[in-house]
Amino acid sequence: MPDLTSNTAGIISPNPFWLASAPPTNSGRQIIRAFEAGWGGAVWKTLGQPIQNVSSRFGGIQWRGQRAAGFNNVELITDRSLDANFKEMAEVKRLFPKHAVISSLMVETKEEWKEVIQRSIDAGADGIELNFGCPHGMCERGMGSAVGQEPAVNKEITSWVKSYSSIPVLVKLTPNVGDIVPHGLAAQAGGADGVSLINTIKSIIGVDIDRMIPEPVVGNKGSNGGYCGAAVRPIALHMVAALARDPGFNIPVSGIGGVTNWRDAVEFIALGSSSVQVCTEVMLRGYRIVEDMIDGLTRFMVEQGFQTIDEMVGKAVPAYSEWGDLDINFESVAKIDPDKCIGCNRCMVACHDGAHQCIHPSTDGGIVPVVDESECVGCNLCEIVCPVPDCITMVEVDNGFPEGSWNEHLTTGSTIRPKKGSHGYDMP
Amino acid sequence: MNQKLPEDRAEAVFEDFKRAYTDEQARAEANRCLYCYDAPCIQSCPTGIDVPTFIRRIANENVSGAAQTIFDSNILGMSCARVCPVETLCVGSCVYNHMDSPAIQIGKLQRYATDAAFEAGWTYYEAGEDTGKKVVCVGGGPASLAAAHRLRRQGHQVTVIEKGHFLGGLNTTGIASYKMKADRSISEVEWLLSIGGIDIRSGVSVPDQLSWDDLKSEFDAIFIGFGLGEDSLLSLPSADSEGVIGAVDFIAQMKLSPIDVSSVQNAIVIGGGNTALDAVRELRGLGVESVTLAYRGGESQMSGYAHEWAEAKTEGVVPSWRSQPLSFAADADSRVSSVTFQMMDENKQPISGQTKTIPADLVLLAIGQGKLGSLTTGLDGLQVEWGKIVTDDDGATGAQGVYAGGDCRNGGKEVVNAVAEGDQAAQAIHSFLMGGGSCRT
Ligand SMILES: Cc1cc2nc3c(=O)[nH]c(=O)nc-3n(C[C@H](O)[C@H](O)[C@H](O)COP(=O)(O)OP(=O)(O)OC[C@H]3O[C@@H](n4cnc5c(N)ncnc54)[C@H](O)[C@@H]3O)c2cc1C
Ligand SMILES: Cc1cc2nc3c(=O)[nH]c(=O)nc-3n(C[C@H](O)[C@H](O)[C@H](O)COP(=O)(O)O)c2cc1C
Ligand code: SF4
Repeated sequence: MPDLTSNTAGIISPNPFWLASAPPTNSGRQIIRAFEAGWGGAVWKTLGQPIQNVSSRFGGIQWRGQRAAGFNNVELITDRSLDANFKEMAEVKRLFPKHAVISSLMVETKEEWKEVIQRSIDAGADGIELNFGCPHGMCERGMGSAVGQEPAVNKEITSWVKSYSSIPVLVKLTPNVGDIVPHGLAAQAGGADGVSLINTIKSIIGVDIDRMIPEPVVGNKGSNGGYCGAAVRPIALHMVAALARDPGFNIPVSGIGGVTNWRDAVEFIALGSSSVQVCTEVMLRGYRIVEDMIDGLTRFMVEQGFQTIDEMVGKAVPAYSEWGDLDINFESVAKIDPDKCIGCNRCMVACHDGAHQCIHPSTDGGIVPVVDESECVGCNLCEIVCPVPDCITMVEVDNGFPEGSWNEHLTTGSTIRPKKGSHGYDMP
Repeated sequence: MNQKLPEDRAEAVFEDFKRAYTDEQARAEANRCLYCYDAPCIQSCPTGIDVPTFIRRIANENVSGAAQTIFDSNILGMSCARVCPVETLCVGSCVYNHMDSPAIQIGKLQRYATDAAFEAGWTYYEAGEDTGKKVVCVGGGPASLAAAHRLRRQGHQVTVIEKGHFLGGLNTTGIASYKMKADRSISEVEWLLSIGGIDIRSGVSVPDQLSWDDLKSEFDAIFIGFGLGEDSLLSLPSADSEGVIGAVDFIAQMKLSPIDVSSVQNAIVIGGGNTALDAVRELRGLGVESVTLAYRGGESQMSGYAHEWAEAKTEGVVPSWRSQPLSFAADADSRVSSVTFQMMDENKQPISGQTKTIPADLVLLAIGQGKLGSLTTGLDGLQVEWGKIVTDDDGATGAQGVYAGGDCRNGGKEVVNAVAEGDQAAQAIHSFLMGGGSCRT
C-alpha cells in the first residue's frame, strides 16, 4: 500500500487532501465531521475581526445543463468571535492530533498579527495561512488581495508573521495579478515556509437581465465576487506550475482551485503541489467526496508504482516548457475513423469556420467527411468537437524534419518545416 | 468440479436485451447522477449497495474502486446488474422519477463496473485468518454462495453442498437468457470461488445422501440455501401428455442443453408470474411462431412485472386472459394437441358454460414451484410455515446453529434478496461461532 502522508512545508497530514479556508471549515464541529469523513487537513475559515455578511452570498454558473460549473461568492472572513474559533481549534487538535489544522488569518495591525498568531499556536495549530487573497470586501479595507497584489507589502507582512510564528507559515496568493511569480517570490523573500494558491478570481457571475442587476443579487444591487469551482482549475494549474518551474522559487506549494476529485488532485501534485485544498466541490456535494479521492489516488499510485506523495510532486514540471522550446517540426494530422463516424459534420463546420478549411464533404456520397491532410495544420479542433470517442485521432506524420524549436531557429537558424493551411486566402 | 457447458446450448441464440455501455456512455450517465445524500436507491437495494458512491467512482474514472464498492455489499453484483428488476428496485426509486426525467441507469452502470472487474481479473478479497470453525452451506445457489464468500472472508472453513452439477442455482439454470446466459453465471461462480478454500461437493443431495446428523457431526454451523423445489404440475385430464412440462424445467433444459423447438407451432405458457413472462419471451426468442400466455386473471391482476409484459407484447406474445386450464387433449402419440380453458370472471371465479380451446404442441406450466421446507425434518426446533423455513431477521432458525436464506426462506423472491439474506446470515453465523456457539452433536 502506498503511503499518502503529505508534508507541506513541515505541515504533516495523513493524506494530501485539505479543506480550503471557507464555509466547510467555519466551525470545529464541521471540521470534526470532515476529519471523520477522511480529510487529512483543514484550513480554518479565515480568522480576524468578525465581520457581517450579506445575503445572498453565492452565485453559480449553469452551463448547458450543468449546475455550478463555476461558482462565485461575496462572502467575507469569519463572522464568529475569535474566542469561539480558537477554543474549537484547540478541541479539534485534541481529538485529531495527527490531522493538520491550519489557522488562516487576516488582520490589519502588527499587534493584531502578533496576537492571532500566538493564539493559533496556543490552540495547537500545525501552521498558519495568511489570507492575502480575498478579492472582495476585505481588499477595500486594505487587507486580502490588497496585500497580495503588492509584493512589497506581502513581503513585509510575511516577515512580521515569521518573526512571531514558531510554526510553518503559508502565504495564500491571489490570482488577481498579471504574473504570479513575483508574488510567490515576495512571500519567499519574506520568509514564508510555503505558499498556497489560488484564492478566488475577481468576477461577476452573471446579470439578472429582467431586473438589470448583477448577480448574486443582494436586495436590489449586486457586487463583484470571487470565482472558484471546476471552471477555475486551468488558471490555478498554470499558476502553481509557473511557480514550480521558476528557478528562483523553491518553497512548497499547497494547490487550490477547482479540485473536484482524485484526478484533479493528481494534476495539481504533478505540477508541484505537496497538498491540495478543496472548497467549492465540498460545498456542492459534501465532505464525503474525499472517500473516492483517497481510494482513487491510492489505486492510481499502486497502478503507477508510486510509494509516496513526494515521488509524484512536480512530476510533470520538467515537461512544462516555454512555447519557444516546443518542437515546431513535430507534425500531426487529423484522421477520421469511417467506421465510427456518425455523420454529424461538426468537425467540418468547426474546421471551415474556426480553423483551416481542410475538412470537406464526402466525395463518394457517404456520410464521412474527408480530411485534406496536405492542408491540415493539426490544431485538434475537430478532435475536440467530435462527439464520438476515438473517431478523430491526431496522428503523427513523419515529415523528415529533425526536432527543432522556434528559439533554436532564432539563435542557430535551424530549419523549420513549411507552414500548412495558410492557402492564400483568395478573395472571390 | 467440472462446470463446462455444452457450446450448442439452445440459449446461444439470445443476445443481451440491454446493451453494455462504452466508457464514454458510462461516464456521461454517471455524471448525470445527482450523488444524492442519504439516497433512496441505497434504501431500495436489498443488499444496500452504496449506489451514489460507485457511480461517482465511475464518473471519476476509478472503475476498479466502483466495482469494489458494489462487491463490498453484493458479491454477486455482476449478475445482479443484469438480472435485477431494477425498474422496481434502485432505478424505480431514483429521484429523477419525481422530476419526470429519465432515471439513472443504475443496472447498466453496475454492469459496466463489474464487467470491467471480471475482464481485468480484479478479485479484491482474501480469506480471513483461520478461525478453526467449519460451516456448511446446503445448496449452491446465490444465497449459499454469498454466505460462503462472506464466511470465508471471516476465516471460517466453508463447504458448499450442491445436489446438481452446476453451481449458481437458478442464476445459472433459470435466468432468462436475454438477461444473462448460463456461462456468465458459471464464470461468476469461478470468480467468487477464487478466494480459495471453499470446498465444493456437487452431486450430493441433503438429507437423502448426507443427513442432517452427518452434517452436525462435521460442522459447527449449517446454512440452508436450497431454494425451491420442482415446478408444480396439474392433475387434469391428459395433463401428463408429452409436451406438457414445467416452465422452470424447460428453461433449465434450454440453458444447459441443445434442445430443439423448431417443430413447435403453437406454444402455451400457463401462469401470470415472472417465470411465465420469461418463458413466453424465451419461446419467442427461440423462434416459436405462436406463443400464448394463458392466465386465469386479467392483465392488471398478473403478479409478473408490467415492464416485462410490455416487452413480451411487443415481441408478439398473445394473451388469453381469464383462462383457467380445464383439460388437455393429446394426439395418437400421446403428444399434447390442445388445451381447453374454463373462462373466469373479474374475481377469478368460473363463468358457467364458457370454455375455450387453444391448439398447442408445447405447454409450459408456470404456476409455481414446490417448497422444500419438509426436507428439514430432523432438525429439532426448526419451524416450517407454508413450506418456508422460519427464521429471525438475521436468518437464524429455531435449531441451534442452523441458519437459512434465499428462496427457501422467503418463498421465492429475486437473486438480490437471496444474496442479502445469505450475507446477513453469514454475519450472524460469524457472531454465533465467535461467541463460542456450535451446532455439533
Ligand atoms: C425462471 C426463473 C427466472 C428468474 N428470473 C430472475 C431474474 O430475472 N432476476 C432475479 O433477480 N431473480 C430471478 N429469479 C429468482 C432467482 O433465481 C431466485 O430468487 C434465486 O436464484 C434464489 O437463490 P437461492 O440461492 O435461494 O436458490 P436457488 O437459486 O434455487 O439455488 C438453490 C440450489 O440448491 C440446490 N439444491 C436444492 N435442493 C438441494 C438439496 N436437497 N441438497 C443440495 N442442494 C440442493 C439446487 O440445485 C440449487 O442449485 C428467477 C427464478 C426463476 C424460477
Ligand atoms: C464561499 C467562499 C468563502 C471563502 N472564504 C475564504 C476565506 O475566508 N479565506 C480564504 O482564504 N479563502 C476563502 N475562499 C476561497 C477558497 O478557500 C478557495 O481558495 C477557492 O474557493 C478556490 O478553491 P475551489 O475552486 O476548490 O473552491 C472562499 C471561497 C468561497 C467559495
Ligand atoms: S443553504 Fe442553508 S443557509 Fe443557505 S440559503 Fe439554503 S437553507 Fe439557508
